[in-house]
Amino acid sequence: MTAKTVTIALLALATPALAQEQSILVQSTTSTANSGLYDYLLPIFTTESGIIVNVVAVGTGQAIKNAENCDGDVLLVHAKPAEEKFVADGFGTTRSDLMYNDFIIVGPPSDPAGIKGMTDVQPALAKIAETKAPFASRGDDSGTHQKEMELWSDSGADPKAASGDWYRETGSGMGATLNTGLGMGAYVLTDRATWISFENKQDYLIVVEGDQDLYNQYGVIPVNPAKCPSVKSAEAQVFADWLVSEAGQAAIAGYKINDQQLFFPNAPKQ
Amino acid sequence: MVSTISRQVENLQGIGEAFGLAWQLVLTGDAALVEIVALSLQVSLTATALACLIGLPLGAIVATLRFRGREAVLILMNALMGLPPVVIGLLVYLYLSRSGPLGFLGLLYTPAAMILAQTILITPIVAALSRQVIEDLHVEYDEQFRSLCLSRGQTMRALIWDARYSLLTVGLAGFGRAVAEVGAVMIVGGNIDHLTRVMTTAIALETSKGDLPLALALGIILLVLALGVNAAVQSVRLTATRQAYV
Repeated sequence: MTAKTVTIALLALATPALAQEQSILVQSTTSTANSGLYDYLLPIFTTESGIIVNVVAVGTGQAIKNAENCDGDVLLVHAKPAEEKFVADGFGTTRSDLMYNDFIIVGPPSDPAGIKGMTDVQPALAKIAETKAPFASRGDDSGTHQKEMELWSDSGADPKAASGDWYRETGSGMGATLNTGLGMGAYVLTDRATWISFENKQDYLIVVEGDQDLYNQYGVIPVNPAKCPSVKSAEAQVFADWLVSEAGQAAIAGYKINDQQLFFPNAPKQ
Repeated sequence: MVSTISRQVENLQGIGEAFGLAWQLVLTGDAALVEIVALSLQVSLTATALACLIGLPLGAIVATLRFRGREAVLILMNALMGLPPVVIGLLVYLYLSRSGPLGFLGLLYTPAAMILAQTILITPIVAALSRQVIEDLHVEYDEQFRSLCLSRGQTMRALIWDARYSLLTVGLAGFGRAVAEVGAVMIVGGNIDHLTRVMTTAIALETSKGDLPLALALGIILLVLALGVNAAVQSVRLTATRQAYV
């Protein structure tokens, strides 16, 4: 009797959410959400299409996992190899390049590793390892973390061996990692969009930027209805198509904070 | 050193700023704030009500019945009070996920999922604490009940009714735990704007954006909210006891 009451109560409460017609769920990353891009972009899309877009912002690794569990209609993340695997495994229909920004390394003004102004990222990382200057890593299998691991491996240094010593894995989102890194005077690899919109910069500076290898590509993938019958594939496709259309690309380019553009659209021309 | 001190001063200013901001948000009746406050209350109060529906009878049964394995049940109930919210969130996620056994309900990322997770979180608290309250009372009344030849059901109902004011505090303990947790609702709710964002997930989000004053301002409002609920319950209790002794 009690269990029945509970079920009925839960279903009654769920109804408003289910009744919302024409809404889709996007599994995406903390970097895009924390930068405020969606708050700017989604109302424009909803006005044009009448489709409400809800966003779950987690690390890229978790976003992909959630989408593989069919808990989302569209995947919008930044880890190209993992995205291509997602499509190859049949979870996504097609992947399209969407936009890019770049990664930067931020650090304290005292610059304990002496890397300020370097434009090659791998030697800079090697110097951090050599001087054992504190470095705060996401450590959460996010797109940013995967990129960081790739850069470390190219630099020849092995930070994992120093985990807990000068190399500190926070296991949390970009903003949380920045807060932690700033608290202990550590260097942090972050995407530029999150950094520009981050409001707790204190006296931190960008110490390394401009390397080709710091390029950060975002992709958009509708979840495959063949794997996930519950997916709202028509609406998901409308959203993905709009993002790569001229209107969507112009909207992405139009998002600025303090006159700085945060994301650079680069979808292939239709 | 100088930078440390200036940073400390800045942080203190941040706290002052947070109080100002909290005040401003409340005074202007910020629409986004009203929305997340309402959802926080809706989710946590519903979860508390459901937890009481399940937990109070459960507590009463364990308090009054003597059965084999009762000690083990007691230990389990008390241990479950310490369940980490994030673990419950994960379990509920696995069940409600589209690829999970209850995926067909489509409840993941809805307030219903958050209510379910919080109910599971606080039912052991309500059950374990009410068991203790009712058992103490039962020891006191046992002989009287026997002399009246009350059935088990009547005994339990009489005990729950007699302990109602202490049990209100038990309910409040459950509500406090529910409204303050972030781990479970973050996973099963997804912190979706206008849909599943509550006070605690909003605070986590603003912290990760580095907007510490706003995060703290929301924290202050959450605290005031909890104070309000507790004060309301307290006044109900006072009025009721006063009437009882007139």
